[in-house]
Amino acid sequence: MSGGGPVVEVRDLRREYVVHRRTGRFRRERTVRAAVDGLSFTIGAGESVGLIGANGAGKSTTIKLLTGILVPTAGTVRTCGLEPVRRRRDLARRVGVVFGQRSQLWWDLPLADSFRLLGAIHRLGPAAVTARTAELVERLDLADFLTTPVRQLSLGQRMRGEVAAALLHSPQLLLLDEPTIGLDVLSGERLRVFLREQRTEHGTTLLLTTHDMHDVQRLCERVLVVDRGRLAYGGDLAGLVRRVGARRVLVVDLDGPAPELRGVPGTELLAVEAGGARQRLALAEGASAAQVLAAVTARAPVRDLAVEEPDVEDVVRRLYLGAGQGGT
Amino acid sequence: MAEGAARGRNPYLALVGSRVRSQLAYRSSFAVSVLGDVGFGLAELATVYVVFAHVQALGGLTAWQAGLVFAVANLGFAVADLLTGHVDHLPQFLRTGELDAFLLRPAPVLAQLLTCDVSLRRVGRAGLALAVLLVVLPRAGVDWTVGRALLLASAPLTGAAVFAALFVLAGALQFWLVEGREVVNSFTYGGGFAAQFPASAYGSGLRVLFTYVVPAAATAYLPVLAVLGEPGPAWTPAWLGWCGPLFAAASWAVALLVWRAGLRRYTGAGS
Repeated sequence: MSGGGPVVEVRDLRREYVVHRRTGRFRRERTVRAAVDGLSFTIGAGESVGLIGANGAGKSTTIKLLTGILVPTAGTVRTCGLEPVRRRRDLARRVGVVFGQRSQLWWDLPLADSFRLLGAIHRLGPAAVTARTAELVERLDLADFLTTPVRQLSLGQRMRGEVAAALLHSPQLLLLDEPTIGLDVLSGERLRVFLREQRTEHGTTLLLTTHDMHDVQRLCERVLVVDRGRLAYGGDLAGLVRRVGARRVLVVDLDGPAPELRGVPGTELLAVEAGGARQRLALAEGASAAQVLAAVTARAPVRDLAVEEPDVEDVVRRLYLGAGQGGT
Repeated sequence: MAEGAARGRNPYLALVGSRVRSQLAYRSSFAVSVLGDVGFGLAELATVYVVFAHVQALGGLTAWQAGLVFAVANLGFAVADLLTGHVDHLPQFLRTGELDAFLLRPAPVLAQLLTCDVSLRRVGRAGLALAVLLVVLPRAGVDWTVGRALLLASAPLTGAAVFAALFVLAGALQFWLVEGREVVNSFTYGGGFAAQFPASAYGSGLRVLFTYVVPAAATAYLPVLAVLGEPGPAWTPAWLGWCGPLFAAASWAVALLVWRAGLRRYTGAGS
């Protein structure tokens, strides 16, 4: 029914909350803070967008405003063409939500039962539930623990179950709040691969909040950086990196203490640890890690190495540093 | 989509069914909690007995007739507690984010909250109430008519509806009250306790309070008076005993209004 319009449309969105602070024995001071403060953005059908920002920047509040859990103080929200609070139940049929930190499954029931209950709540019909469950079980590899109560699952297994539960009714829009938090590398990567497949196969629009740069790199074509409730950046990751100059870091463990690796082409020495046995080199944009490694090996024998991706916190911090000249 | 044709099970029955199965999964622990519930019921029966051991009649009722009040009140309260007692744990649902999960599903939040749990152990108290009812009924001296029989049969149901509304109201008030469970319990469990005594034993102020504000007397005492054909004390005539459905409807109207306001407060739409 919502034709080719945007899936999410947010204009001048503001959400305040009231903080009471004790200022005397009986006096309380009432201050109004804005968790979201004049946010505007649009997400088109089939897009995949990352919402990033520091803790308390307003990401989770934004998700709650988009789903109708919270009412905006001012401004407008349209999700799947609907006003979230007034059309909450209609919207719930078109949106799936995953909270990384909070379960939406039944703690004491196995996933198979949870899917059946959710199917009944969404009034999907037994045949549709069976077909969709079979697809999700296969793609998310849930078969081994489908009959185990959720409370006995590992975090990685549970998160796959949460994602399957959120996708059971084939929503148009999938909102993920910190979907990979606490997951090991392999589980996180499998989840990302699955989400990409869902997007290409079903055209599901994705909006996720995250602290993990891998999520942004592998999943998001576009990032929205939120700072103190405002949009600090909207565009692709490459543009963000260009703006703040986020660099990958090559960490080399040498055979023993070695002189500082200064002047290696395409790098800047960031830190020297363990008397020179471990050194951290920032890679300039476009620098080849292989060439840098060859240059390093020529100077000192390398025992082990790691390439660290720029982390979201770092990128965001540098964005604030660059933009917040007048602030604070 | 052929939604109508392929519609699945009723979601609420499915939800309650899953709770019942999970509580029956551990037979012995279930049996122990049912016994515990019977024990609590016996303790309350003992308090009624102790009162009547010292007086022949209280508020115009014989001990057997008071037993009838006890049985009807307990049956109604146990059924309400079984089905809706968890609603006054609202802060817990807020803390764990379960209420947010309800808001993300295409069904009314209160309907989901009501059906998300049952306290099956309350069958203990309901069973005790039923047993007491069967013992006292032949001895209460009822002059039976069809109308009176129907009234007595329906009293536990309207009573359950009144107490269920009180539980919903108790839950809803906790959108405002921080650590308010003790306060709201005073009129849910307090009301349940008050309902099992003949309200004529209370002063008229308390009796009016437990009839028109917290309609505990309307769940058992007043219907029993009507069944017995007794006149009823000042301010609370016995014909009110026939008005159980009205008390239930009024209680639910208040509970639903407060619930709606509370939910609006939670989402930040009101206040």
